[in-house]
Amino acid sequence: MSVIFLLIPLSIVLAACFLGAFIWAVRSGQYEDTCTPSMRLLTEERAVKNFKEKAELP
Amino acid sequence: MNIETFKYDNRIVRAFAIATVVWGLVGMSAGLLAAVQLFWPEANFNLQFTTFGRIRPLHTNAVIFAFVGNGMFMGIYYSLQRLCKARMYSDRLSWINFWGWNAIIVAAAITLPLGFTTSKEYAELEWPIDLAIAAVWVVFTVNLLGTILKRREKHLYVAIWFYIATAITVAVLHIFNSLAVPASWFKSYSVYAGVQDALVQWWYGHNAVAFFLTTPYLGLMYYFLPKAAERPVFSYRLSIIHFWALIFIYIWAGPHHLLYTALPDWAQSLGMVFSIMLVAPSWGGMLNGLLTLRGAWDKLRTEPMLKFMVVALTAYGMATLEGPMLSIKSVNSLSHYTD
Repeated sequence: MSVIFLLIPLSIVLAACFLGAFIWAVRSGQYEDTCTPSMRLLTEERAVKNFKEKAELP
Repeated sequence: MNIETFKYDNRIVRAFAIATVVWGLVGMSAGLLAAVQLFWPEANFNLQFTTFGRIRPLHTNAVIFAFVGNGMFMGIYYSLQRLCKARMYSDRLSWINFWGWNAIIVAAAITLPLGFTTSKEYAELEWPIDLAIAAVWVVFTVNLLGTILKRREKHLYVAIWFYIATAITVAVLHIFNSLAVPASWFKSYSVYAGVQDALVQWWYGHNAVAFFLTTPYLGLMYYFLPKAAERPVFSYRLSIIHFWALIFIYIWAGPHHLLYTALPDWAQSLGMVFSIMLVAPSWGGMLNGLLTLRGAWDKLRTEPMLKFMVVALTAYGMATLEGPMLSIKSVNSLSHYTD
């Protein structure tokens, strides 16, 4: 069963990377707002056909 | 006033969509042949290339890596660009991903019937193809992370987290399970032996199901289900808990594939405990999907896409209850190694 000395550290390193990512996500404010991200998904940006025309709008 | 303009890459999405359909037909036809051979063995055509032992891995590889794999890339390349409000990091990497992945599948479709196999389930391909898989997967990961880094949207929607977990974990699993000493171009020996090999194999096999078949599609569910239902996901907070709980628990459940084998008893019990714990995040995600349809169930009458998604979520709920139940050792003693 010596292979667990490979598998356990490997799994722990992987989990530690994800823990780091989790701590980063919380600290950087990714989860401050748990409401609008799910709504923003639904708004689709419209395709712009004529860039120049659009750019002249105020 | 200067308005920034950019375009999404939809050609790559279409290419992956076509590949998904083609490989779906091929893979399921191979599955049909394998199933027919079970009750009508003459369907092996008296040819070594079409015997059950070679058609079965062809079927699983085609369905998992070709059909589900191309479908996953299709969904990720479509949704990631829109969630990040950015084109893919590199068009060249996108196309290397597409042609590389499909060339690997063609190589699998040729070598498996010829009998070249490592005999590791879901990792049957021999070492040159394994190296190609690792290279193409790295290309995909770089493209994914590059797009995330150049995104125009500060918040990482939960689906993106599922994609990141997929890319990173599959790379680690594939590389460590496939470590082998080549004897010739199409013959190699695993660096692990006996029960060690079995444990690594099922650490891989279990997590391949987790991170190749499950997490990418959960990410896609969190994007495409709200889109199809035209309402936000039931609870975004639950989706975040779903993700983090799932990835931290999933990786420890592999030993449940080796109950009542030479694997030490404590490792079997550990695998069982983590398997049962997995019900919570799995069902949290499943219910989050189904509850998204609150007040929108009438759409099922007219939207075939939503029907498919509801069937998928329901099947996911059943499968994620069945799995933990079968991994209970007393249940397993009845259901496994018996008629």
